[in-house]
Amino acid sequence: MITTLLVANRGEIARRILRTCRDLGVATVAVHSDPDAHAPHVREADAAVRLPGAAPADTYLRGDLLVAAAKTAGADAVHPGYGFLSENAGFAREVIGAGLTWVGPRPRAIELMGSKVEAKRLMAEAGVPVLAELDPAAVTEADLPVLVKASAGGGGRGMRVVRSLADLPAAVESARSEAAAAFGDPLVFCERYVESGRHIEVQVLADAHGTVWALGERDCSVQRRHQKLVEETPAPGISAALRRSLHEAAIRAAERIDYVGAGTVEFLVAPDGGFAFLEMNTRLQVEHPVTECVTGLDLVERQIRIAEGRPLEGRPPAPDGHAVEARLYAEDPARDWAPGTGTVLRFEVPGTDAVFRSPDRAGIRVDSGVEDGSEVGAHYDAMLAKVVAWAPEREDALRRLAGALARARLHGPVTNRDLLVRVLRHPAFLQGEVHTRFLEEHAADGLTAPQAGPGTVRLAALAAALAESAARRARAAVLGAVPAGWRNLPSQPRRARYATRGAEVEAVYRSTRSGPSADGVVVVAVDPDRVVLEVDGLRHPFTVTRHPGLICVDSALGAVELTPLDRFPDPADEIDPANLVAPMPGTVRRVEVREGERVEAGRVLLWLEAMKMEHRVTAPAAGTVTRLPVAPGTQVGKGTVLAVVSPDGPDEASEPTE
Amino acid sequence: MTLLRSTLETSSAEYAANRDAMLAKLAELDAEHAKALDGGGPKYVERHRRRGKLLARERVELLLDEDAPFLELSPLAGWGSEYTVGGSVVTGIGVVEGVECMIVANDPTVRGGASNPWTLKKTFRAADIAWENRLPLINLVESGGADLPSQKEIFIPGGRVFRDLTRFSAAGIPTVALVFGNSTAGGAYVPGMSDHVVMIRERSKVFLGGPPLVRMATGEDSDDESLGGARMHAHVSGLADYLADDEVDAIRIGRRVIARLNHRKAGPAPLAPPVEPRYDPEELLGIVPTDLKVPFDPREVIARVVDGSDFDEFKPAYGPSLVTGWARLHGYPVGILANAQGVLFSAESQKAAQFIQLANRSATPLVFLHNTTGYMVGREYEQGGIIKHGAMMINAVANSTVPHLSVLMGASYGAGHYGMCGRAYDPRFLFAWPSAKSAVMGPRQLAGVLSIVARASAQAKGRPYDEEGDAAMRALVEEQIEAESLPIFLSGRLYDDGVIDPRDTRTVLGMCLSAIHTAPVRGAEGFGVFRM
Repeated sequence: MITTLLVANRGEIARRILRTCRDLGVATVAVHSDPDAHAPHVREADAAVRLPGAAPADTYLRGDLLVAAAKTAGADAVHPGYGFLSENAGFAREVIGAGLTWVGPRPRAIELMGSKVEAKRLMAEAGVPVLAELDPAAVTEADLPVLVKASAGGGGRGMRVVRSLADLPAAVESARSEAAAAFGDPLVFCERYVESGRHIEVQVLADAHGTVWALGERDCSVQRRHQKLVEETPAPGISAALRRSLHEAAIRAAERIDYVGAGTVEFLVAPDGGFAFLEMNTRLQVEHPVTECVTGLDLVERQIRIAEGRPLEGRPPAPDGHAVEARLYAEDPARDWAPGTGTVLRFEVPGTDAVFRSPDRAGIRVDSGVEDGSEVGAHYDAMLAKVVAWAPEREDALRRLAGALARARLHGPVTNRDLLVRVLRHPAFLQGEVHTRFLEEHAADGLTAPQAGPGTVRLAALAAALAESAARRARAAVLGAVPAGWRNLPSQPRRARYATRGAEVEAVYRSTRSGPSADGVVVVAVDPDRVVLEVDGLRHPFTVTRHPGLICVDSALGAVELTPLDRFPDPADEIDPANLVAPMPGTVRRVEVREGERVEAGRVLLWLEAMKMEHRVTAPAAGTVTRLPVAPGTQVGKGTVLAVVSPDGPDEASEPTE
Repeated sequence: MTLLRSTLETSSAEYAANRDAMLAKLAELDAEHAKALDGGGPKYVERHRRRGKLLARERVELLLDEDAPFLELSPLAGWGSEYTVGGSVVTGIGVVEGVECMIVANDPTVRGGASNPWTLKKTFRAADIAWENRLPLINLVESGGADLPSQKEIFIPGGRVFRDLTRFSAAGIPTVALVFGNSTAGGAYVPGMSDHVVMIRERSKVFLGGPPLVRMATGEDSDDESLGGARMHAHVSGLADYLADDEVDAIRIGRRVIARLNHRKAGPAPLAPPVEPRYDPEELLGIVPTDLKVPFDPREVIARVVDGSDFDEFKPAYGPSLVTGWARLHGYPVGILANAQGVLFSAESQKAAQFIQLANRSATPLVFLHNTTGYMVGREYEQGGIIKHGAMMINAVANSTVPHLSVLMGASYGAGHYGMCGRAYDPRFLFAWPSAKSAVMGPRQLAGVLSIVARASAQAKGRPYDEEGDAAMRALVEEQIEAESLPIFLSGRLYDDGVIDPRDTRTVLGMCLSAIHTAPVRGAEGFGVFRM
C-alpha cells in the first residue's frame, strides 16, 4: 500500500494527481522549481521539496534530485505525470532501485516503446498494422509525401512533412539537429505521410496479472504543428468494425510488451478506414479526462492501484455519452502562435461543474494549472488548462464546451480560446470531418482570427473608457457627484486611447447631463464594471475588469484586452528604434555577428528559440552593431535588448549642445 | 425630511410654451458661446496648430483630471464690444490631481493672446474667485502682452496681476505658471511672481526686453534664447523650476506640481453624500413664464435643484412673497432665499434679515434665487417703513460673511437686485439663466417714468406735449433698456460669472459650493445697526 506519493511534475497534471491522492488518503509531496515556488500544486501538496533553478534540465528533469526528494520527504511512491521524466526508463529504474514504487509501466516497456523504430518492428511482429519505415536515403518520388520523424521524438518535435525530394536532405538535417537537441538522440526515419489522416488513440489499462482493458478510443486529430488541441471520445463517424479493430490492436500492442499500467496506443487512420500504429505513450495522457468522463473511472486511481499490484476486476465499463476536451494554451494563433507570458489576472470558466474530476452528470470539467495571479513563464509548457464537456450526445458536448470557453474569463496572457471556440463551432468539425490538417484546410475560414473583429474592438474600447470614467468618478476626491466630464462650454469630446494586439484604438465620447454619449451607439448603462451599449436595436452587455495597466472587456461578441495609453507618455519610456528587442521570451541560440561589425539591412544577427520555434532577428537597416549584450544560451524576456544597430547616415544626429 | 411636492403640469400648454421659449434662448446662448470657443477663428486656429501647439482649451482639458468637470467662467466677456467674445483668455474652476484649481489660460489664437480691457476684467474676476475661495491658481501663459491700442485701459490697472500673484503666495494660495510661449516684458512677471514655474524647451520665451529693445537700450547684441529661453532659465537664471520637453510634458509636470502641494480643503466637508432631486431637472426649462410679469413658484425650482427635493421652509406663512428655508446641495447645507411674487414688502425684508442672521449663526452658505421687481412702492408702504425694512435686508446681506451664491432666474430689478445679493454685494458666484433680466427697473416702467417726467416738464412750461414723439421715445427707450437688461449683454460686461442652462443649476451650484469650501466658512460676528 502506498502511503506517501511524490508527484514528479508540475502544473495541472500535478494538481490532478494530488486530487486523487487526497481522495484516496495518500499523503502527497510536491516538487517545484524556483519560478514555481508559489504555484498551486505546491500549495495543494502536504509537503514540498525545492528543486533549485528554473530550466527543466536543472529541475523537473533531474532524476537524482527527485529520488532524493522522495527520500527526504519519506515518500514510498513516485508518480511522474506526463512529459518531463514520465517516459524515461532510466528514471523509472532509479525510482525502483531506491526502493520506491513507480506509478507507471515497467522500465523495459518504456524502453521498447521509446524507440519508434524498435516499437514499429515489435508491433509488426504482433500483427499490429504499421507504416513501412523508409530509409531517408532510399526515398523515391513515388513515396512522397513523407514524414521525417525522430525515433526518440514526441509532441511533434523533430517532425517534418516533405513533399518534394529536393527538400528531403534539409528536412532530415534539421530534424536530426532538433532531435539531438531535444532528446539527445539524432536518429530519424521516414514514413509515408497520410494526407487527411486522423489521429485516433486507444486508452489501455493493464494490470500486473495479465489483464488488459481497452477503455475506448479518442480522436485527437485537430492539431497545430502536431500539438493536439481538441480531443474527444468516442471518435466520431468510425464504424463499429474499425473501432473493434483499433481496440484489439491496442490490446495486442500492450500484451506484446507485457505492459502494466495506463498507456495509450496511437494510430493513424486513413480516409479509407485503413490504420497504422504510430506510437505508444507509456504514461497517462494529457487528454485522459475525456475517457474518465465517459467511463466513470479515475485513471490516476487505477494507476496507483495497479502499481500496488492490485488486479483489474470485472469488465471495462462501456462508454456513457460523449466527452470533448479543449486545451487552452497561452499562445496567439493570430500571430503565428506567439507564446503569451505574464500574470494570469483572471482564470474563470463560468458553469464549471467539477475540477480535476468528472462531473456526476453532463457538465463541464476543468483541469487547470493556473489560477488568478499565476505567472506564465517561458520555461515550461504553455498549456494553461484543459476544459472538458461531457454530454449524452456529441453535439451537446461540443455546444456546451464552445459555450463554456466563450464565456470563460481569461485575462492576462493571450490564449488560443477563440480558435478553440471557432473549431468547436465549425460546420466540418460538427460533422465529424476531422483530420490532422484540419486547421490548414479551413484556414480560409479565419479560424485563427480573434473572435472580436474591429467593430467589437471599438465597442469594447468605448465600454472600457466609459467604465474607467465611472470608476474615476466613483473615487474622485471632490465633485464626484457631478456628471462625468461635465462642461458648461463643451469644446471637444473625451478621448481614451488603448493599445490592443499591436494596434491602437481610440474611444470617443461626450459628456451630457444624463451621462456619456457616443456616436452610433446608445449608451444604456455605465458602471465601473459593467457597460451596456445598444447598436442597431441590440443591447450588448460588456463586463469590464480593470486590472492595473490592463482592461479586459468580456462579452458575447468576444473578449478584448486593452492597455490604456497614458495621456502623458513618459519621455524616458521612448524606445530607440536602433534597439532590437526580443519579441517574446526565449533563449538565444546562435549569434551571427560581432560587436562593431557592419551589417546590411535584413542581415540575420542572431537566432532566438522560443516555444519550439527559432526566430531570426535581423538588422532593420544598414549600420553598425554597436552593442551585443547577449550570447548563445542567454535567456531573455520579452523586450530584452538583444542588439543595437546604429544606422549609417550622413546626418549623424548631433548631440544637443547643452 | 420634508419633501417638496411639485404641482408643475408638464403636459400643460403653458409649460410647453415656457420650455420652447427657454430652448430658443438657449440656442441663442449657444451661438454666442460658440464665438468664444472659436477663439481667433479658423485661420489663426489653423496657424496655431501648424506650429504644433495645443489650443487653450486643449491645454486646459489635458491639465484636468480625466472625466472631472470644468466650470468655465465669464465665457461671454467682451460681448457687444469691439473685441472677440471671451476676452482672449479662458478661465474656470477645474480639478487637477484631485485639487480644485482656478485655471487661467491665454488664448493665443486671439491676437496672439494679447490682453485687452476685457481680458483684464475677466482675469481679475478669476483672481477674485481664487482669492476668496483659496483656490490654487494655474496660469497657462502664452500672451503677446498688452493689446497696444488699448494700453491706456490696461497698463495702470494691469499691475494688479502681479500684485495678486505675490499676495496669493503670501496668503498660502499656491500659484503655478506653465509658460507655453511668449511671456515677455510685464508678462515676464507672471512666472516671476509664481511659486512654481514650468517652461518648455524651445517654446517659452521670458524676458523683460527682447533683442531690439536691448540693442536700443545698451547696444548689446543678443538673441531670444540667451535672453529668455527655457533652457537658459532652467540652467542659468533659475527662473524656471522645471524644463519640459513639449507642451504635453509641461502639463504633466504642472499636474505633478499640484499633486505635491499636499493641498487640503480648509472648509467643512459635505454633511452627507449627495442625493439627486426627486424631480427631473429637465423640467426647469418649463417653469419660467415667457412674460416675467407672471410670477412662478420658486419651490418648483428648489425641488429640482436641492438634494432629495428636501426643503425645510422658514416662516412659510410670514412674508410669503419671499421663500426662505434650509436644504442641502451636493451634501452641503444651504439656506435659500427665493422670490415668489416678485415684490418685496416689509415682512419679506424683515424675514430675509432674520434668516440671513440665522445662516450666519450656523455658518450656512446662502443661495439667492432672483425673480424680483424690487421693493414695494406707494404711500402705504413708504409710511409702513419699507425703506428701513429694505435697509435691514440689505444690511444683513452686505454684512453677512457666509458664502453667497446668486442665480438670476427671472427679473432682478431695482434695489431688489441689491437685497437679493446682486453683483455689488460680492456673492462668491453669480450666474444668470437665459430668462433673466436685470436693470434699475423694467423697460416699460422706465420708459413710462421718463414719459411722465417729460410730460410734467412740458406742462410746467405750458407747452403742448408731443404725443407722437412720446410714443417713439418710449419705444426706443424700452427697446434699449430691454437689450441692456438681457443676460448675454450683462455677462459680456462681467456683471455675472456666466449665463447657464437652467438644467445645469444644480451642477453649477454644487461645483461652486465645493470650491467655496476650499476656504473656511464663517458667519458674521456683527452687522450694521438695524434701524428699528
